[in-house]
Amino acid sequence: MNFPILSSLILLPTVGALFLFFTKDKDGNNLTAKYVSLFTSVVNFLISIYLWISFDQSTSNFQFIEDRTWIEGFINYKVGVDGISILFVILTTFITPLCIISVNNSVKSKLRDFLIAILIMESFMIGVFCALDLVVFYLFFEAGLIPMFLIIGIWGGPRRVYSAFKFFLYTLLGSVLMLVAIISIYWISGTTDIIKLYELGIDAKYQNLLWLAFFSSFAVKTPMWPVHTWLPDAHVEAPTAGSVLLAAILLKMAGYGFIRFSLGLFPIASEIFTPLIYTLSIIAIILTSLIALMQEDMKKLIAYSSVAHMGFVTLGIFTLQQQGIEGSIIQMISHGLVSAALFLCVGVVYDRMHSRMISSYGGIVTIIPKYSILFMLFTLAALGLPGTSGFIGEFLILMGAFKDNFLVAVLASLGVILGAAYMLWLYKRVVFGKLINSDLKKMIDLDRSEYFILSCLAIPTLFFGFYPDPLINTIEVSVNDLIDMYNLNLTKN
Amino acid sequence: MENLNLLLPEIFISLSIMFLLILGVFIKNSSKLIFNASLLTLLITAVITLNETFTVNRITLFNDSVVIDYMASLMKIITLLGAFLVLIISSNYLKTFKIFKIEYPILILSSVLGMMVMISSNDLMVFYMGLELQSLALYVLATFNRDQLKSSEAGLKYFVLSALSSGLLLYGCSLIYGFSGSTNFDIISSQLNSNEYVLTFGIVFILVGLAFKISAVPFHMWAPDVYEGSPTSVTLFFTMVPKIAALTVFIRYLYVPFLNLIDQWQMIIVFLSIASMLFGAIAAIGQTNIKRLIAYSSIGHIGYTLAGLATGSNEGIQSSIIYISIYIIMNLALFSCLLMLKRNNQYYEDIDDLSGLSKNHPLLSLSLLVILFSLAGIPPLAGFFAKFYIFKAVIEQSMYFLAIVGLLSTVIAAFYYLRIIKIIYFDKEKDKYDEDHSLWLKLSLTFSTILILLYFIFPSQLIDVVSRINII
Repeated sequence: MNFPILSSLILLPTVGALFLFFTKDKDGNNLTAKYVSLFTSVVNFLISIYLWISFDQSTSNFQFIEDRTWIEGFINYKVGVDGISILFVILTTFITPLCIISVNNSVKSKLRDFLIAILIMESFMIGVFCALDLVVFYLFFEAGLIPMFLIIGIWGGPRRVYSAFKFFLYTLLGSVLMLVAIISIYWISGTTDIIKLYELGIDAKYQNLLWLAFFSSFAVKTPMWPVHTWLPDAHVEAPTAGSVLLAAILLKMAGYGFIRFSLGLFPIASEIFTPLIYTLSIIAIILTSLIALMQEDMKKLIAYSSVAHMGFVTLGIFTLQQQGIEGSIIQMISHGLVSAALFLCVGVVYDRMHSRMISSYGGIVTIIPKYSILFMLFTLAALGLPGTSGFIGEFLILMGAFKDNFLVAVLASLGVILGAAYMLWLYKRVVFGKLINSDLKKMIDLDRSEYFILSCLAIPTLFFGFYPDPLINTIEVSVNDLIDMYNLNLTKN
Repeated sequence: MENLNLLLPEIFISLSIMFLLILGVFIKNSSKLIFNASLLTLLITAVITLNETFTVNRITLFNDSVVIDYMASLMKIITLLGAFLVLIISSNYLKTFKIFKIEYPILILSSVLGMMVMISSNDLMVFYMGLELQSLALYVLATFNRDQLKSSEAGLKYFVLSALSSGLLLYGCSLIYGFSGSTNFDIISSQLNSNEYVLTFGIVFILVGLAFKISAVPFHMWAPDVYEGSPTSVTLFFTMVPKIAALTVFIRYLYVPFLNLIDQWQMIIVFLSIASMLFGAIAAIGQTNIKRLIAYSSIGHIGYTLAGLATGSNEGIQSSIIYISIYIIMNLALFSCLLMLKRNNQYYEDIDDLSGLSKNHPLLSLSLLVILFSLAGIPPLAGFFAKFYIFKAVIEQSMYFLAIVGLLSTVIAAFYYLRIIKIIYFDKEKDKYDEDHSLWLKLSLTFSTILILLYFIFPSQLIDVVSRINII
């Protein structure tokens, strides 16, 4: 057996957290904790890059598979990556160190515990994307609730308790039905191994209910309209690093789940429920864009824009066109970078002025020009300007949608316009205009670490905007084979 | 004499009880000695059980009225170890309340003896005898802190209601005897004629009596009051040990004589299970006293255990036993934390007393965090696996309604567990609690927490242990 690279990716952050647990918790600037956690997460990132380099892009088979008996005759601990999941693993390992650097200003108390929570969260998130067994997947999927609940609840804003509870209970409620479905699949097919299930297929008469059970979980996590209401609350109250993790990675679990499970395991049901997904996605895109227009809180506005962007993602996945699914994956990666950056941008001004209200800013372009430039870049990426990664995703999704259903594509395109409206308007009100609030004059421009984080996010955003080939090459074969398998299963039944 | 060595555990523990009682009368100030001797007795009995009966497949004694099989031995060992752990962590508590007396360990020993008889019973009379021996000891234990009004009230309530349920149970026994001509489980099973409606009445009466003992809804009314009023160490005993024996009897009673009547009793168990899960979850939300909250939460957990029993399959029985074992460990950990909330010789029991605990006692809070999330059934903690096995068995029998209600009630239950976590971690801190706890208390908390936390690494072991149980 080769070196268990995926397991080490999953375990390393936990080992780092364990190490932190045994260090002394000092008040104030706890440098040891920060360096240890930063070191762990950077090493993890390097491992994942190595993973990407040694990944074979010419096949859709799962690679780096590890298979161990876990519960005798029932569950195997099985992990592996294919072209779809590897990108999410890298996204996770890329975002986490940035989160850790960003805690400088936003987290005042119990820094060590916060970093432990982030590292454990990283372990769980990587686990979700690597799991090749339904039970293992569920385990990681649910376990992530615990650290996130604590991150929001302990280090959050004034309404943190309400938000943390809402986040936890909403997601838990969605997920329990998935557990029923997973156990049912075990009794129907005799295994929870995803690769075997792909081969076996699931009997058509069970697919609808199972699909709905998985959907209930993923819809909450995505979040899709009308179960999206936990997201703005969670985002607004979470500390910056928490919002970043939530927006950049947690939401992607659901999109990934749709591709991996809903399409892969239940093709017939997916075909039946595609109109449902289309409707909900379109409502999400248009309605939440309109809601976003009216927000006065910057974080809330970005949170609603996330719902709209995820609407594009679900739409793209269920077009079942090569472009649509590829677009969705790229959109998820791009949204991971851009929304993370936007939340960090809000965090930057919040740390200085302690206000997230749009009305308390205005005309800061002359005071903090570096910030304004980077903020502009991410604003444009969020609305999908050509040359940024956001464009590639949205464009491919719309292309897929046009192939599948003209009306849906037209309505979704409306969302693009609305997206431009609320993002540009936000930018205009915050950065341009007259300088009314004189306190703003005291603002300092980006410090070194902030500048570093935002540049780290800006480079891939631009790079993949101009040259998306590395992403597309990685996912192409896997998506292609997924669609082939999907169509094959449809015709078989 | 036939195979008397199989009864050696019971014989040994009875002799020890008598010997310790006499010792306590004749030697003054011997409470410490008796306490330690009782601990030793429990351990030795466990070892004897392991040695003499663990390998036995199934042997019946005394005209088939006592059965020794793998399940009996396993449950006896769990009971003995549970009692041992309860006793060993409660010594400081007893000393604080000045109830560190010789009667306390002896009463625990006698109730354990009663439970062992129950576990091995294969006859309604033997079962009833064990039950009463156990209950009588428990009544006294509930009132053990007799200077406190609440404790006396708890004992009296428990006594009156329990006597009522025993009455129902006996009435059920007599009905069954009348229609099958025997009190022996094996004979009843062969004499059964399912067309007799009165027989169903008998089954139901006994079920009511048993449901009362394990405090399943709607026969749960005594539990919150008794749990709150009794001394905490006794509450700990109540939540852990008698449930094991009652569960075993439940299994044996349902699956040996009345397996063929599964259509008759399955609905009842499903109802008890659903009612307990939902009621336990909803009623716990409004509680302010931790012990009352634990009472409701234990009602909920009994609901899950019953869900496993309702399946009518070996898998279900095994999952129930796994559930109760994991539940016992979680409970032990939770009560260890509760016993640490001591300041100036006073124990604190309100949920608000936990407020901001994480600031002053980070490790204790961390353990509570793990325990509470585990009780709520969040992976990857042990509590999740307990629920997972239950639902696996339930879904195997296509009882989807039960599974979905059960899982939804875990979401409701998660709310009140989260509330405690919120109070511990998000709220303002209060004064510090004492930190000079006994070594045993610290050890039991550490080990049970680590067990809960790391159960997911070795989940097969527990399954291996219970998978030898084959009742059907």
